[in-house]
Amino acid sequence: MKELAELFKSFFMIGAFTFGGGYAMLPMLEKEVVTKHKWATMEEISNYFAIGQCTPGIIAVNTATFVGYKQKKNIGGIIATLGVVTPSVIIILVLAGILDIIFEYQIVKSAFAGISVAVCALLVQALWKLAKSGVKDVYTAIVALMSAIVSVFLKLSPILIVVVTAIVTVCYKYIQSRVKGVNKQ
Amino acid sequence: MTLLTLCWEFFKTGLFSVGGGLATLPFLFEMGNKHPDWFSVQDLTNMVAVAESTPGPIGVNMSTYVGSTVAGVLGGIIATLSLILPSIIVILIIARILEKFSDSKLVKDVFYGLRPAVVGMLFASVLSVFESSLFGGNFMNGVDLRYLALFAVLVFGIFKLKKHPILYIGIGALIGIIFGF
Repeated sequence: MKELAELFKSFFMIGAFTFGGGYAMLPMLEKEVVTKHKWATMEEISNYFAIGQCTPGIIAVNTATFVGYKQKKNIGGIIATLGVVTPSVIIILVLAGILDIIFEYQIVKSAFAGISVAVCALLVQALWKLAKSGVKDVYTAIVALMSAIVSVFLKLSPILIVVVTAIVTVCYKYIQSRVKGVNKQ
Repeated sequence: MTLLTLCWEFFKTGLFSVGGGLATLPFLFEMGNKHPDWFSVQDLTNMVAVAESTPGPIGVNMSTYVGSTVAGVLGGIIATLSLILPSIIVILIIARILEKFSDSKLVKDVFYGLRPAVVGMLFASVLSVFESSLFGGNFMNGVDLRYLALFAVLVFGIFKLKKHPILYIGIGALIGIIFGF
């Protein structure tokens, strides 16, 4: 019961302080899930993101379900997911009628401009940590570089990138093991 | 009846929008065309702006906003739950399968390659966040030096001090207000 409450609390915080959606949750996720509670490693978060790119739904929801399931099976997955969406639901419901007006105030605009600069800074560190956990050798460095290039310049669909990378990697590993086998003989 | 339609429309959106975030947008446009009494394209544009500046996943913000516009508080909650239901089901199934095969060499090999691919994709989204937040929507605009200074100080602080992200978000908001960003 205590762990379920912790899951809800942590994911509630993540939902409440993720500005911009999607990958912008990574800094909060890293702090709450990886560093503070050690519910998952950076590698696992990375795995969840890869799966989230090809499965239906929002990345934040998918990741919450994965982390929750890992701790407390189905009920954990559901509680963590409800935790991550609750702040948005409350905020939007409370503010729905006045949201358009609020964002007309200069002070609110200024605060959000400052927040988005902070989000950029946080993302630099998140990217750095993710890179450290994913880029281990020449092959993974090439994959990261290729994936960045096709994402930035060709704007290829993430699903395509994930599927192609998976196939190429399995072939690469197969050839690698065959070559090693031949060398041993 | 409206609640049931809302539930069905958002369940479909949750099931078919793959990749998260603004992937829900095309479905919402279609929804607006199908139910013109729910919201207009102009409403939707406002919703995107609101959803992007309030905390939380954009898809969730959008569904709560649309649902509450159409059918009040209950509508907002129903729309959001319907949106997340398909992904909860799919992910719980995948999580169970992964658990079983986590020691398989094939699964390990696949993720060995996918992790750096995610790094590349994240790099691309970080670039576009930079473009909209630091460069005012286009790299060609150049960067406001006050933004750059805040960014540099925060990056330094984040790497050196390792405090909670909320602290840096708070500092960002405060500096934004004080210096009139």
